[in-house]
Amino acid sequence: MNLFEYVRPASVAEAIAAAGEPNSAYLGAGTNLLDLMKGGALTPARLVDLTHLPDLGSIETLPDGSTRIGALVKNAALAHDTDFAKRFPVVAEALLSGASAQLRNAATVGGNLMQRTRCPYFTDTASACNKRQPGSGCDAIGGENRSHAVLGWSENCIAVHPSDFCVALTALGAIVEIEGTTGRREVPITEFFLLPGDTPEKETVLEAGEMIVAVRLPAEAAKLAANQRYLKVRERTSYAFALASAAAALTIENGAITEARLALGGVAPKPWRASEAEAALVGKAPGKEAFAAAAEAAFAEAKPSGDNAYKIELGKRVVARVLAMAAAGTPERMPALPASAFAPLPEGVVNV
Amino acid sequence: MSDIASLPTGSRQRQGSNIGQPMTRRDGILKVTGSATYAADNNPEGLMHAVLATATIARGKVTRLDVEAARAHPGVVEVMTPENRPPLATDPDEKTNPFAFRLDALQNDGVRYAGQPIAVVVAKTLEAAVEGAALLRPSYETEAARVDLEGESFVAEIVGPGAPGRAASGDFDAAFASAAKHIEATYDTPPQYHNAMEPHSIVVRWEGDSLSIDMPTQGLAMAVGRTAELFGISPEKIHIRSPFLGGGFGSKGLAAGPQVLGILAAKLVGAPVKLVLTRQQMYGPVGHRGQTRQTVKLGMGEDGRLAAIEHHTLTSTSRFDDFLEPASNVTHSLYAAPAIRTTHAGSRIDIGTPMFMRAPGEAPGSAALESAIDEAAFAAGMDPLDFRLLNYAEVEPISGKPFSSKALRECYERGAARFGWSKRPQAPRSMRDGEGRLLGWGVGTATFPAIMFQAEARAVIRADGSGLMEIGAHDMGQGAWTALHQIAADGLGLSMDEVEFRSGSSDLPNAGIAGGSGHTATAGTALHGAGEDVIARLTELAVNDEASPLYGAGNVGVVARNGRLVRQDDESRGEPYAAILKRAGLAEIEGRGQSAADPAAQERYAMDAHGAVFAEVAVDPNLGQIRVTRLVGAFAAGRVINPRMVESQYYGGMIWGLSFALHEEAVHDKRTGRIMNANLAEYRVPVNADVPSLEAILVHEDDPHVNALGVKGVGEIGITGTVGAIANAIWHATGVRVRRFPIGLADLLGGTPDVSDKGV
Repeated sequence: MNLFEYVRPASVAEAIAAAGEPNSAYLGAGTNLLDLMKGGALTPARLVDLTHLPDLGSIETLPDGSTRIGALVKNAALAHDTDFAKRFPVVAEALLSGASAQLRNAATVGGNLMQRTRCPYFTDTASACNKRQPGSGCDAIGGENRSHAVLGWSENCIAVHPSDFCVALTALGAIVEIEGTTGRREVPITEFFLLPGDTPEKETVLEAGEMIVAVRLPAEAAKLAANQRYLKVRERTSYAFALASAAAALTIENGAITEARLALGGVAPKPWRASEAEAALVGKAPGKEAFAAAAEAAFAEAKPSGDNAYKIELGKRVVARVLAMAAAGTPERMPALPASAFAPLPEGVVNV
Repeated sequence: MSDIASLPTGSRQRQGSNIGQPMTRRDGILKVTGSATYAADNNPEGLMHAVLATATIARGKVTRLDVEAARAHPGVVEVMTPENRPPLATDPDEKTNPFAFRLDALQNDGVRYAGQPIAVVVAKTLEAAVEGAALLRPSYETEAARVDLEGESFVAEIVGPGAPGRAASGDFDAAFASAAKHIEATYDTPPQYHNAMEPHSIVVRWEGDSLSIDMPTQGLAMAVGRTAELFGISPEKIHIRSPFLGGGFGSKGLAAGPQVLGILAAKLVGAPVKLVLTRQQMYGPVGHRGQTRQTVKLGMGEDGRLAAIEHHTLTSTSRFDDFLEPASNVTHSLYAAPAIRTTHAGSRIDIGTPMFMRAPGEAPGSAALESAIDEAAFAAGMDPLDFRLLNYAEVEPISGKPFSSKALRECYERGAARFGWSKRPQAPRSMRDGEGRLLGWGVGTATFPAIMFQAEARAVIRADGSGLMEIGAHDMGQGAWTALHQIAADGLGLSMDEVEFRSGSSDLPNAGIAGGSGHTATAGTALHGAGEDVIARLTELAVNDEASPLYGAGNVGVVARNGRLVRQDDESRGEPYAAILKRAGLAEIEGRGQSAADPAAQERYAMDAHGAVFAEVAVDPNLGQIRVTRLVGAFAAGRVINPRMVESQYYGGMIWGLSFALHEEAVHDKRTGRIMNANLAEYRVPVNADVPSLEAILVHEDDPHVNALGVKGVGEIGITGTVGAIANAIWHATGVRVRRFPIGLADLLGGTPDVSDKGV
């Protein structure tokens, strides 16, 4: 590991000032950053440790009914906060389907948004990677890319965003609160993450020194609590990133869907809000036909970026399933295998 | 005297026979409290840290290393390259014996696989050494590399550790041609890496021309021999301590290149050196299981009786050495057929040399054979278990030799009963769980040869009547400290508390190698022999001593019981060991034991452990995600020394089989030859949630021929059978036969209804 400077600021303002220096990185729990540093994929000259900052560790309900989650709240603490999990079950389910218990106990909310792709060509310093070294090329193209993107990729980068949590946040329209030298700003999560285009190294709208201080879920998101689920298909029952995942939230009134939220994970360079699919669902009766149509709409623009055409078909099936699960209602208890295909299934969701 | 400390005995003690009792691990408390000293836990005074720099190309040579930049990094002491590497007495590329695999010890600037060591940086801290290695920024002359099986191949005459590459009985071509029904199928298995939890490591101190080494090894004596040969010093000057291994699985069987580099680095800097591989560095220079492409041909009669079996394996080896996965040879012993032919071919590719990996040959071979047998059973319209029973081998098919013992039929029966196999519908895709997931049941036969190496042991009875047993054996984490102590105590007629058991050090008697599932049989038989020897010597003293109650009892016989020698015809007559030694004026009495396979018995009998594994899988019919929901294995492997440890070995083997079937695969970038998933996140092994229900049944088996103890071996058999059982269960669940391992959801998507299907 390269020699680096370690800074432990006492306030957000101090942190922002410290991280404004070139080649600085914020350190949360470090569950991803430190691995990347040990492997040489990232070589920051300065680490600004946020974990001792006060006031970023609480979950609070604001007067307007929205819920504000401090950037240093641990993934496990958020998922196991009974009140939070009741109002935003899809977020809790997504969180608990990610990583391992040990990692969830350490990893922070802000860090989850800032985690990097698990594309092996990003972590392998001998490979060309436009994210790691802009302009060097993309060795994932033409390489081992079974798990790469089928939506939103460019000829410069085909990596996928690894988060589960962010997929649920995207479905529910979360707002990211950002603080920087010029003050505070708020960005919807759908705009927080950027598509690779010609600048895959630029993954978010954050400018130098800016930090995430909180993530906010708007009051209206809580109204969808009765019908929301996360489904994550992976190659191992637990402790694996999604090959394809989806978060769905529905409002069903008088036998028709009046509001639909759908976001996809594991298939795109960012958590993917499937707006066309949402639109296709509104006004329809919940059922196989509507869900199949939504699945088609969600992947209408999809194309393989390599040896991964199967992910398009898989993604559609995940969408159809998660919508059926959401329509069946949020389960009273969190399944022992959250978001798993092997969690208890509501009746009739399997096509037989 | 070894300086490996003796271990406290476990809490569960028993007088009389210790063999057969489920003793808890003697090393359990040390391990769960973190106080077991693994090799890399040693920090001698003045220790320096050595870190490997490894090649990122798979073929070519290193043209430049920025040695100056590395040297200039604060804390870096020395950079070892082919230019300044101390000389070796033996070329690491010389094959001095069949087990002397060629090592990469900086003998030149060549690169023959990705991940090959190309320099070693030694520094005062680990961090400085790591950064120094990164600063070397090598330049290469790169040649095109190949890492798949698509290129030229050669006929392999020798496979595995010196086994013939082909064998035949009967006339396969004629028998196959005239068979009523035929199955021919090709199965692919990927390259797999051992991934022991403990990475390879070494802590080295040169003391003049003597070497003091801490490193995990499955073969202390062989490691000493290889080190002596490479460094040109006598074996007596080398002391290796290896009390605990965090897994070996074959990758720690022989001294590895990186360990040799650690010794060289210590020599170069004139200080003690520690070298520990990173997880990523374990993918290359310390062996792996080569990929295979196996073609199985089965010919059978209308009644399903096998007439002909052919098993051909194409497998990879490195460009510079030979280790060919002997996958076809499992077909020698499993199913009866008048004509059997097994062959192998090799393909040289740009990888590190493959090596023994848990059940070498049998694991991938059984995966293919058990899948093919299942395909044949379906073609014959038979239940897969009935088909196996119909083709049950009463004698070893390839040789006609009787088995020394074979309780496979009991394994089938007990496993099937426990699993509920009789309720299995024959047609695939005909079972569902309550929520609509497809369920499938599959069976596979497990087998592994009963192998013995050579070993020696030393037994001592002391003046106070207590005992000491010494053997340079190896505990890879499987419980050898405990099982061998049980055998040692019984050998001396003492309780485990009364016997000090020393192991894990090269200055103790040679215990052979902990491999081939033969360590308990090998080391145990030597311990048993040493016990018999020392008891015989003590008996000799007693029966010739007029003052002894055993005087003259030589003819009726004397036995050792609870620290006493007693007459066989009247156990109330006898005396304590201590009394005999006291009268003889001896401080202690010593005996020795040896073990080796009995060539006469080997000539006469086929010796194998057997088992039957039953698997249930659930498959999501839309998503293709697979989960093994139940595994039941029933195994017969001769005498069981410690049922708790044996059960645990079966569990571990079956989980590894699950891992083989569904998870493990090293993924190479075909363009560069680099492994792109050299870490435990992406090189998948099962997690707890993947193994919801696991049962191992220990089937009783007496074997009077394998060795004095009647012990076969349990370390590897659990993998075999399991892979095929799971693949067969997936087919039974889905109707999709996947012939490439690992089997994943993408393999099943095409065979399951898509979202637009309104029902099948």
